[in-house]
Amino acid sequence: MDNSPPDFIAHHADDDVGVVVVEGIAGGQTLAGWVMDTDETVSVQTLDAIPLGHKVALRAKKTGDDVLKYGEVIGAASADIAVGAHVHVHNLKTKKW
Amino acid sequence: MNTPNILGFKRENGRLGIRNYVVILPLDDLSNAACEAVANNIQGALAIPHAYGRLQFGADLELHFRTLIGTGANPNVAAAVVIGIEPEWTQVVVEGIAKTGKPVQGFAIERHGDIATIAAASRVAKEYVQAASELQRAEFPLSEVWVSHKCGESDTTSGLAANPCVGNFVDKTDAMGVTNCFSETSEITGGEHICRARAANEAVGDKWFATWQAYMDEVIEPHKTSDLRDSQPTKGNVAGGLTTIEEKALGNLQKIGRRARYIDVLAPAETPAQGAGLYFMDTSSAAAECVTLKAAAGFVVHCFPTGQGNIIGNPIEPVIKITANPRTVRTMAEHVDVDVSAILRREMTLDEAGDALLDMVIRTCNGRLTAAEALGHREFSLTKLYRSA
Repeated sequence: MDNSPPDFIAHHADDDVGVVVVEGIAGGQTLAGWVMDTDETVSVQTLDAIPLGHKVALRAKKTGDDVLKYGEVIGAASADIAVGAHVHVHNLKTKKW
Repeated sequence: MNTPNILGFKRENGRLGIRNYVVILPLDDLSNAACEAVANNIQGALAIPHAYGRLQFGADLELHFRTLIGTGANPNVAAAVVIGIEPEWTQVVVEGIAKTGKPVQGFAIERHGDIATIAAASRVAKEYVQAASELQRAEFPLSEVWVSHKCGESDTTSGLAANPCVGNFVDKTDAMGVTNCFSETSEITGGEHICRARAANEAVGDKWFATWQAYMDEVIEPHKTSDLRDSQPTKGNVAGGLTTIEEKALGNLQKIGRRARYIDVLAPAETPAQGAGLYFMDTSSAAAECVTLKAAAGFVVHCFPTGQGNIIGNPIEPVIKITANPRTVRTMAEHVDVDVSAILRREMTLDEAGDALLDMVIRTCNGRLTAAEALGHREFSLTKLYRSA
């Protein structure tokens, strides 16, 4: 098992996004990820610069699709999202208020 | 895990405190100056100024009284002096605090003026601080400590590590018989199905859901002007990578761990009455308002996970800061009591993080000043339900 420090972490194996946990990530980088729930190691290639604490897309989404984190719905895509894209207020919107 | 012992102050009503304050408590905004003058005269006396207490009525006045009485009654307080402009409401707070059996006296400024009131109150405060200075800490089980929890300036690292660290602490101490409390009604939005299912039974879950729904119907719906994107999540949350209220709520709920179930739902500043266990309190997510209500309910130490770096403290309830954000550890180190950023590097397990927090809670109970205490943070913010008359 690879226990080296990850670049991003996903809570759950079903999650559509991971959280970048290091600073200075640029577009075009291959990131090592850790899925906490299953203790698996995964990877993704970034399309955008992604700040510490911000989300990277692990699965492609169409506008209106639910986005999962913690294995739960955290909102709906407000624009199409490609794998490796920065996911935030510009392409993800609450389904509540 | 064996229940550890801590060194605390046993109060007249049997509750266990971990600090030994003599508070000078204003009933109303007008009496802040006199309270601050008394605290200035008498070493070791602590004034707790605030903004309200005039022309309140109904449930809002009840909450005002409950919060002030609860603050004076908190077991971290050895004795209290209450000063108000008028004698009647001052006496309501004095009598409420007196039910604990601890020393308390009230003073009204009308017909006496500030100077005579300050002189009389200072004489009493002097006796109180000298008596308090002779009280000794003694050993008691951690199960007698009431611990509150609320996160702030959260980001995605809160949900990944700092909040699960608190959840691990809650699971471990719930099994020891510690009384824990979480809260933040609006901030469960998006995770309400999960929260409802974590109640000890269906009736408590229904009570929680009714509390959440009432806040949505009575506060959010009539007052919102947008989708709340500018307030919940906050600008700080968004800067830290949190995008939606659902994402924030799911991170927030990590604080109640995986096993503990809440046994009752408390009104703001209501004291738990169902015995040891996990409670939910109906509060705002504004840090100072929330912790003020928890302290008024009788909680004596607070665990505060933060991502971007909330700096809050409370006058009488020590606030322990936990963060997993490596940038916050680097740029705001003086505010951090427990650094769990190693979880994000896979160098620390959640279980180890929970143990580190448990150790810090024990040390804080035994007298270690938290970062917020050392930095002089004493935020005391009363919750107002509606405009005064």
